Amino acid sequence: MLLRVSNIFRMKFLSLIGLLSVSVLAAVLVSASPTLSQAQQPSPGVPAATSPTASPGLGGAVGTAASAFGAQTQQSGLNIVVLDPAHGGTDPGARGTGGIRESEIVLDFAVQVRRALELQGFQVVQTRQGNENPSFDDRSTTANAQRGAVFVTLHISSTGLPGTARVYVNSDLPAVANASGLIPWDRAQAPFLGLSKSFGDLVQGFLAQRFKGSPDTAQSASVRQLRTTAAPAIAVEVSSVTVEDRADLDRMAPGVADAIARGAAAFRPSYVVPSAPGALP
Amino acid sequence: MTPSWRFWLIGGLVVAVLAAAIYFPILRRRVKRAARLQQQSEEQARRELTQPIAINPGEPRVKAKLFWAADAIDSTLVPVTAELPLSNDPVLRSKQILNTLLAGPVDTELRTLPPDALLLAFYLLPDGTAIADFSEALATSIPSGIVSEQLAVNSITRTLEANVPQVQRLKILIHGQEVETLAGHLDLTGTFVVNTNVAQEPPNPAPTPAGTDKPASPARAAKAPASVLATLTADKAPGKLGQTESRP
Repeated sequence: MLLRVSNIFRMKFLSLIGLLSVSVLAAVLVSASPTLSQAQQPSPGVPAATSPTASPGLGGAVGTAASAFGAQTQQSGLNIVVLDPAHGGTDPGARGTGGIRESEIVLDFAVQVRRALELQGFQVVQTRQGNENPSFDDRSTTANAQRGAVFVTLHISSTGLPGTARVYVNSDLPAVANASGLIPWDRAQAPFLGLSKSFGDLVQGFLAQRFKGSPDTAQSASVRQLRTTAAPAIAVEVSSVTVEDRADLDRMAPGVADAIARGAAAFRPSYVVPSAPGALP
Repeated sequence: MTPSWRFWLIGGLVVAVLAAAIYFPILRRRVKRAARLQQQSEEQARRELTQPIAINPGEPRVKAKLFWAADAIDSTLVPVTAELPLSNDPVLRSKQILNTLLAGPVDTELRTLPPDALLLAFYLLPDGTAIADFSEALATSIPSGIVSEQLAVNSITRTLEANVPQVQRLKILIHGQEVETLAGHLDLTGTFVVNTNVAQEPPNPAPTPAGTDKPASPARAAKAPASVLATLTADKAPGKLGQTESRP
């Protein structure tokens, strides 16, 4: 009797092992198919995420937009604004107690800023379109590859008087060019500081008219993003994520967009576009 | 197998299960307690290591200027004068003054640095470059943003400038490491100019932007030919000390 019982157990055990191995095989097959499809995806997907995307309707991919634009550059000068919604991906930036995230708000701001700039006749290139987080250098690369561009990075602060906006240009940088005449990447902003200041003052002037309590002129700060950007470059920081209602910040977006667009338009005549992307002004 | 053998086997198993059921929660509690003790002792050891440099009451009392925020929402700094017994040794003096700055003002709303941030180490190189190593809390607890990060660095550099004339430039490290930014915005890869009267790096050909709360040095307004600048800066490697000198 005991023998029979042990036989039954053995059979059950064997059938259990069989079932288990079948299910493991099935699981491996199921998990393998998405892995394969994911492995195939990156070729079209990754460049789309990391590469800059030109605003729709004005040129599609940057390559074609830039080459089509090349012919115009000689006559019209500044035509491109590289717009950088800061942070993104795993980096939310400043966070408010009410769940407001800087990375999300600046992306929404960018939509309005882009629209206002396009109305002024600018072509807009964004460093990110969705919830990605390109590195500081990747964002600068986007700007440095353009000819006749200015760079605007958008931020929301954690502090400061709510309802105000400040423009920052990079603090002094020592180097200008090395012996070969090329601009060192890590100090690419140095030759553009004067132009950045002029551009920043114009935008800050328009912001001060709109948002009381904002400074009258651009301030300087060691903003990492600006340092490697070889173009007139400013950071616009809106206060702040501490507002209780997100609508308070959303209401500021049209005013910020208008100030940036009007500032860029006012700056256009004073900017002599360098002959090659990333060259000295 | 006889019934008595089976009885003893099942009985033994039941006893083992019961013993395990009783012992397991006790064991879990013990492991938890041990982990907590270890964590506490690590925290204790860290605190002992990073014990702020005690201010020696025997030192001569001097008027020290500490830069804290002007008000809770403003982004400017105001000096607060306090009589402190400070050492004459520049490194010790810097540690004392930075620890006082980290301790914060009476009104906690005027703090410029997170309350849990610690100064881990401070070095002064012969060329006047100081290296201040702060705990990770400086980067993780500070409110993220250009304005708040700039205010924090300004309060450190201006306090050092006002009290330790030997410090000319400041490099900030976080937990012994060079980091790209303080909290996502402010560049920490270079050094900050502390003493504005010290001979500056070559001036920019572009007009100098005015500092937020520091006057630009007159030397910076001068212009130099690009060739001079090229020879002066060509050999600097990126990401190293002295690569960028930023005036906060």
